[in-house]
Amino acid sequence: MAHIQLKNISKTFGNHIALAGLNLDIADGEFFVLLGETGAGKTTTLRMVAGLEKPTEGQVFIDGVDVANWGAAERDVALVLQQYSLYPRYTVRENLEFPLKPKIRRIEPDEIKTRVDRVARTLRIEHLLDRKTDRLSGGEMQRVSIGRAIVRKPRVFLMDEPLSALDAKLREALRTELKNIQMNLGQTFLFVTHDQIEAMSMGDKVGVLNHGRIVQTGTPYEIYNNPRDTYVASFVGSPPMNLIDGKLVDNRAVMAPLNFELPLPVGARTIGATDGRPLVFGIRPEDVYLESGAPVEARVHDVENHGVEKILTLRVGDAMLRATVPARTDVEIEQPVRFAWNPDKVVLFDKGSGVSLRHAG
Amino acid sequence: MATAVMTTLDPNSRSAARGMSDLTIRNLFIIPTIVFLIVFNIFPLIYSLGYSFTDFRASSAAPANFVGLQNYRELLNDPFIWSNFAITAKYVIVSVVGQVVVGFGVALLLNRDIPLKGLLTTLLLLPMMLSMAVVGLFWKLLYDPSFGIINYTLGLGSFEWLSNPDMALYAVAITDIWMWSPFVMLLSLAGLSAVPKHLYEAAAIDRAGSFYTFFRITLPLVAPILMIAIIFRTMEAFKTFDLAYILTSQPTTEVISIRLYKMAFQEWQTGRSCALAYIVLIMILAITNIYVKYLNKVKER
Repeated sequence: MAHIQLKNISKTFGNHIALAGLNLDIADGEFFVLLGETGAGKTTTLRMVAGLEKPTEGQVFIDGVDVANWGAAERDVALVLQQYSLYPRYTVRENLEFPLKPKIRRIEPDEIKTRVDRVARTLRIEHLLDRKTDRLSGGEMQRVSIGRAIVRKPRVFLMDEPLSALDAKLREALRTELKNIQMNLGQTFLFVTHDQIEAMSMGDKVGVLNHGRIVQTGTPYEIYNNPRDTYVASFVGSPPMNLIDGKLVDNRAVMAPLNFELPLPVGARTIGATDGRPLVFGIRPEDVYLESGAPVEARVHDVENHGVEKILTLRVGDAMLRATVPARTDVEIEQPVRFAWNPDKVVLFDKGSGVSLRHAG
Repeated sequence: MATAVMTTLDPNSRSAARGMSDLTIRNLFIIPTIVFLIVFNIFPLIYSLGYSFTDFRASSAAPANFVGLQNYRELLNDPFIWSNFAITAKYVIVSVVGQVVVGFGVALLLNRDIPLKGLLTTLLLLPMMLSMAVVGLFWKLLYDPSFGIINYTLGLGSFEWLSNPDMALYAVAITDIWMWSPFVMLLSLAGLSAVPKHLYEAAAIDRAGSFYTFFRITLPLVAPILMIAIIFRTMEAFKTFDLAYILTSQPTTEVISIRLYKMAFQEWQTGRSCALAYIVLIMILAITNIYVKYLNKVKER
């Protein structure tokens, strides 16, 4: 159990700046997901906490203690990497025993056996215990490496995209499994991923990382419904939030190049949107709806059928807009439709900085 | 990058214009090599097998008589030959163990980020590139009891390395270790750099100590390539001749190839020396075979 703090961390590799003034606070027992694109600095952050990498500047605290000079062993963390990094030539059991065996730990053989068996049961790999690791499938290997992490009782679990190399079905299963493990153990988890669905479904808190900086931290709900800036808005969510340039004119939202109008978002005035200020309107696809009497006409550009719902791409002039509609909606490509948005759900961003007006205040 | 291998002759080539076919060109390249191999390797090998069953002497004009297995029987019953084998075995063990310890040790030291690593590695490889005879001659000077630099540096006075019967074999082995440790080092370095870095990181995370990591991760992963180095060095050490011959002439350093040389070219017992050569060959084959079996087992794990 541990509370982790990163204060003003910077890390450069030669000329490349991996992290620039990163601050992070992970509460004890929290499932924290670090979300970002490839190269955003997620893995570097993780390795910094693990003690495999030293920050160029800044401090790492575990339970309030500055751990700058602690090696990985002293920090007592468990790490699951994307490449499974199982010890070759050993059986699954030997791999699971590995972290318990070093002499300094002095664990009784009986105790080792019970713990390995318990972990194997949790991860459903009991039948694989005596198999050599090179005869395992990807999913099995990853479960073994997760097992090797939870067989110990570390202070923090660090996971570096542990599910991204697995196929979709298994990824879903393991996602639930990991979340359950975390809830049962009540341990602090720092989970790194580029997959926003993973982040949304697993995290107690999500930190969005872009170019070595934390852009926004919050619960998945906050991140999704109240993104801090256009980057978060377009990165989180699938399909992403629609972002349309425009401005306010007489209590109407007017889209800049196209001149179509929609009702004004609720409370827009109170957070500093004045007439004529260049803005970006953000609206989630599920908050765009088709209605016969709706204010704007568009043509259906594309239809993606997802079973429970359809994702429509609407074309207004040359602007594209995504809308999630129920699967029973009957539309054809190039069919003219009328649409509106849910004004309560519109997020306003400043055109210049891209920051949400609600956050800028 | 995969490059396409040309398997047929380009019809527009000059060779084709001269009326040469694929087959002609292939023969042109292969036949000289095969002839060379037969004349200098295969033929002597078979011919000497024939001689090993006779009492032929290359120094006399007397015709060779077929004596059956008599040469083999006598050689294998000769206690002196067995003592030569014992000396050889001792030499092989000391020398190969020494090379593995020194070579692997240096490789471990070099397997990290240090300045001038490339230059250092190249310099360390130098002994391996020298001629055996040259190495023998200058180590003879280094070992010299009155002006040798070794005694001077170690402050051993006039300690006799090469003329002391108990020490001479070790002195030869030390020279061999100096010369061939770089070879083991080179192969070990290749093996060490092939161990994935994330395994060490995983071990560090799992709080394994450095000894534990070394014996549980490094060593098992480097073992196959280290085994290959050991096979090569054992074979070489088993047939050592030049170093021992140049450095010293003690009876305690008479390894089997020196015995063989003396038998063949000083005593002119050609037939019998052929038989001894075959015994040595079979022994080397047997030892190598054991190693290879073991190597395959190591690789399987």
